[in-house]
Amino acid sequence: MRVPVGWLAEYVDVPAGVGVEDLDTAFVRLGLEVEEVHRPAEVTGPLVVGRVLEIEELTGFKKPIRYCRVDVGEDEPRGIVCGAGNFAVGDTVVVALPGAVLPGGFEIAARKTYDHVSDGMICSVRELGIGEDHAGILVLTSGGDGPEPGADAVPVVGLDDVVIELAVTPDRGYCLSMRGIAREMSTGLAVGWRDPGAAALPGWSGEPAWEVTVADADRCDRFSMVALEGLDPTAPSPWWMRRRLAQSGIRSISLAVDVTNYVMLELGQPMHAFDRDAVTGPIVVRRAREGERLTTLDGTDRQLSGDDLLITDDTGPIGLAAVMGGASTEIGDGTTAVLLEAAHWEPTGVARTARRHRLPSEAAKRFERGVDPEMTVAAMARAAELLAEYGGARVVGAPVDVDTRRPRPAIGLDAGRPGRVSGVPYPPAQVVELLEAVGCAVEVGDSTLTVTPPTWRPDLTDPADLVEEVVRLAGYDDVPSVLPTAPPGRGLTETQRRRRAIGRVLAEAGYVEAPSYPFVGTPALDALGLADDDERRRVVLVRNPLSEEEPALRTTLVPGLLATLARNLARGRRDVALFEHGAVFLGGVRAPAPLPGVDGRPDDDVLAALLGAVPGQPWHVAVALTGQREPRGWWGPGRAAGWADAVQAARVVAAAAGVQLFVRPGEAAPWHPGRCAELVVSEGGDDRVVGYAGELHPRVCAALGLPARTSVMELDVDALPPAPVPVGPRLSTFPPVFLDLAFVVPNEITASHVESLVRGGAGELFEAVRLFDVWSGPPVPAGSRSLAYSLVLRAPDRTLTAADVAHVREGILAVVELQGITLRSADA
Amino acid sequence: MSGANDPYDPKQVAALSAEALDAAVAAAREAFARAAGLEALAAARPAHLGDRAPVPLARRELGALPPAARADAGKRVNAARVAVTEAYEARKAELEAERDARVLAEERVDVTLPWDRTPRGARHPLTTLTERIADVFVGMGYEVADGPEVEAEWLNFDALNIGRDHPARTMMDTFFVAPEDSGLVLRTHTSPVQARTLLSRTPPVYVVAPGRVYRTDELDATHTPVFHQVEGLAVDRGLTMAHLRGTLDHLARALFGPEAVTRWRPSYFPFTEPSAEFDVWFPEHRDGPRWVEWGGCGMVNPRVLVACGVDPEEFSGFAFGLGIERALQFRSGVGDMRDIVEGDVRFTEAFGVEL
Repeated sequence: MRVPVGWLAEYVDVPAGVGVEDLDTAFVRLGLEVEEVHRPAEVTGPLVVGRVLEIEELTGFKKPIRYCRVDVGEDEPRGIVCGAGNFAVGDTVVVALPGAVLPGGFEIAARKTYDHVSDGMICSVRELGIGEDHAGILVLTSGGDGPEPGADAVPVVGLDDVVIELAVTPDRGYCLSMRGIAREMSTGLAVGWRDPGAAALPGWSGEPAWEVTVADADRCDRFSMVALEGLDPTAPSPWWMRRRLAQSGIRSISLAVDVTNYVMLELGQPMHAFDRDAVTGPIVVRRAREGERLTTLDGTDRQLSGDDLLITDDTGPIGLAAVMGGASTEIGDGTTAVLLEAAHWEPTGVARTARRHRLPSEAAKRFERGVDPEMTVAAMARAAELLAEYGGARVVGAPVDVDTRRPRPAIGLDAGRPGRVSGVPYPPAQVVELLEAVGCAVEVGDSTLTVTPPTWRPDLTDPADLVEEVVRLAGYDDVPSVLPTAPPGRGLTETQRRRRAIGRVLAEAGYVEAPSYPFVGTPALDALGLADDDERRRVVLVRNPLSEEEPALRTTLVPGLLATLARNLARGRRDVALFEHGAVFLGGVRAPAPLPGVDGRPDDDVLAALLGAVPGQPWHVAVALTGQREPRGWWGPGRAAGWADAVQAARVVAAAAGVQLFVRPGEAAPWHPGRCAELVVSEGGDDRVVGYAGELHPRVCAALGLPARTSVMELDVDALPPAPVPVGPRLSTFPPVFLDLAFVVPNEITASHVESLVRGGAGELFEAVRLFDVWSGPPVPAGSRSLAYSLVLRAPDRTLTAADVAHVREGILAVVELQGITLRSADA
Repeated sequence: MSGANDPYDPKQVAALSAEALDAAVAAAREAFARAAGLEALAAARPAHLGDRAPVPLARRELGALPPAARADAGKRVNAARVAVTEAYEARKAELEAERDARVLAEERVDVTLPWDRTPRGARHPLTTLTERIADVFVGMGYEVADGPEVEAEWLNFDALNIGRDHPARTMMDTFFVAPEDSGLVLRTHTSPVQARTLLSRTPPVYVVAPGRVYRTDELDATHTPVFHQVEGLAVDRGLTMAHLRGTLDHLARALFGPEAVTRWRPSYFPFTEPSAEFDVWFPEHRDGPRWVEWGGCGMVNPRVLVACGVDPEEFSGFAFGLGIERALQFRSGVGDMRDIVEGDVRFTEAFGVEL
């Protein structure tokens, strides 16, 4: 809502000395957020009102030119050359005299042009910086009355008028009008105001203006109409009205339309003007029927829904009620008789129609938020007055007013309640006073107040709403600051602690967290080489995605992470190691989530269905890395990032989660089939694959334009079993024995398997084992490789002897030899 | 060499004479002093401290002396031995110190050489700031609640008193999940966690719910369609707006220093009544101390309590929600939203592992 301060001051007695900043502060305290303060462009020097005395049409130039004699309040009129032709003798205009500087630094000087000396300039709206209209000059008044020539034109054209733009919250529809804003500001400044909606109604009489039937009283509880004749279709809207419409962001169209818009801004009542001669037969307000169509004022032919409320005549729909009028009855160049309609429509129905037809019109916006139903006739009277004054129209007959409103129920309010909610003990008298300031009728009982909210406040339905009004008007600044004492909490859950731990260890291990948007599209999944039946292709789809290319939610973190990797590479980074953890979204067919009522807690079945309809959103973690994992430096060459880093990242994650992770060869997209580790956990004796790690498939790197050997790990954190409580080991203080063993191992046997054999074979004296060398090639026979292990042996109760060690060695050999693994001899 | 029965005169045993012993000590001192290094010193040692050195040889003569003379001569020999040994040890220590000084000087390195062989990573400041905020509340006894990002429409809207045709619903710029009757949305705020919490717990309830939320805004310098909020909810007997203010003031001080306080502006949220937007006074703003818009808050609307099965006559509550991106922007002076969301490692690295 844009509020011209000059307009506001017509209704509110703004005290002297209260400036725009004070109004700004007052609006904010009232809960009307100031979005922007629009100040007009600056004009300096003499800008005065002029009256055109003579016009001499100059000929012989490429375009029509006028030489005018203009009274600017001086002894002699001034001669001014003007290229526009939209004014006549007697009109008042705005004249910039020599020495004036118009917006944009446009300096006015007396100069000779078209063989005449032009001693100033007659200004257009655009030249004054107060509008875009530059088709002609600005005519303030035509003939007769008008501002005095020579008067300062700045206040006349509103060049000193600041516009305060407010964000009005959806509960306060009444603030989408000057009437509502003025009411609030009078409270905010504690000053008097005049209600523009309180004007006495004229005594219209005669036959009703039209025959009207409201067939849906639930959706339209008041429908008022008045007929006017004798409208001059060529009469322009007065300058001040056009100026205020422009300040409010509304385009001037014609007098009849401008008047309805102006009254809507003034009183908050949207209205519609029909060309009476185009309306055929009685008007019926009813729901649309199957197959009905309506071409609205914007020229769109619309298929109507049975839920749309219409204004119809014998020809069918002539208006989409509360939202937009129809083209067939539009006010045109030749319209002399109009039917003015002002009604009160049920908000949610308006909201549905506006949404269905994507027509968030000014009218719909107001009806959705609540319009004062008391204003229909007052608004028609105001509009009729303006159309009479500026268009020569006169009301014929009596107005129609179909009024089926039901009385508003009163709200019982414990006078102590506002104090109990806010923590500020308001005396009951203050509560009453503040509610009355809002416009409520308050009956004071023993301890409860019976409060009837005003007609313009449909949002006040509950005691809580009244409490808010009291606290708001008393001022939120009065609320003290008291820290409540919560009952003792249990800290973070295991899941929350685990997520934090995973993030920290990956960061400490050199990975940079890179959360990405969870939107994906089919091309991204194709690039990963996912099979047609891959689970990750079963996505949750967004109906209104930001980009049609990414209409789905991620089932894997990999596409987002790789896109971020690519972005960092494109920005010149060469060595990148990223991680992300977050939810992925499981697709699949599900029953729709129910939409129960809100009168109480949904019953358990409904609640279970509701929660069960929400797709699973497991928490994943992923890393992606490329370039050098360890940079080259003065210590020597760097180490390229590779599959082993990705696998190690999984081990680091598992360790942070307190879970034992096993790694075995795997095969899954998007990984290189020979360089992919399957990540396995064991729970209750069952192995469960929780993710994969390794090098990306070369085709994936090529498809995504990533460097070869880019490596990736992804793991389902929620699939990890709970961490057992760690058991403290018993420490032996006896000396250890170190034993190195190198084996010749057939290539198909994995290192992790060999290690488990060694552990098993070493028996009770085993303390630790570490693989310290891997060698393929001569002298190790082809098809095998050498794996060298360093063992630590220790007994809990004694120092080990050579015989003990020999026994362990034999134990290990006995186990590994069964698998075709031999001890590496000196020559092999 | 004298015979056993010869009358004894110590002066006649030349090796034990004071002169001879003094000479031996002097010779040893000179030899040790002459040794230029530890090796030379070691080489000089046998001649003065070895078995065949003058003082040990003299010591052997003691046995030949008559008891009366033995004590006196013994003292002299011992003194000589101690003097030679001390001379040796002193010179050795001297030489070792010289050697150490030389070797350590030779081993000097440039300790400013970098050793970033495994560079440290970083956590995203949205994560760490969220954790920090959550920790402030955990410190007050709150628990951290989670909710899904794809959420039931009923929980995102209806349960929060945002009816089907409520203007606030249209203003939320919601992403809807297919198919049309799925009843699911990408949650537009963390507030559905309020409803989930009240449906699953019995008051008193004190929770914070951080998380990711969605609105259909295009990414630009000030907007992002995917962003983060922290929701707070307290439902207990006798809670008032004063408790809400106390809680927000406490959070403000914890994050923005002891000078920070909050200021409220009346506003509207269907799920709170009264409602307010709150600003925080941030003395260390990079453009000077100022009020900064931070979030929304209010007393839980009794209608929400009813929809979640909580008796509004017995319990009252407050709720608040604040934007993490926004807090990060003004707390850390981040001008462009895109830097927060694009995952450029240069941005994230600046924030380290903890915030």
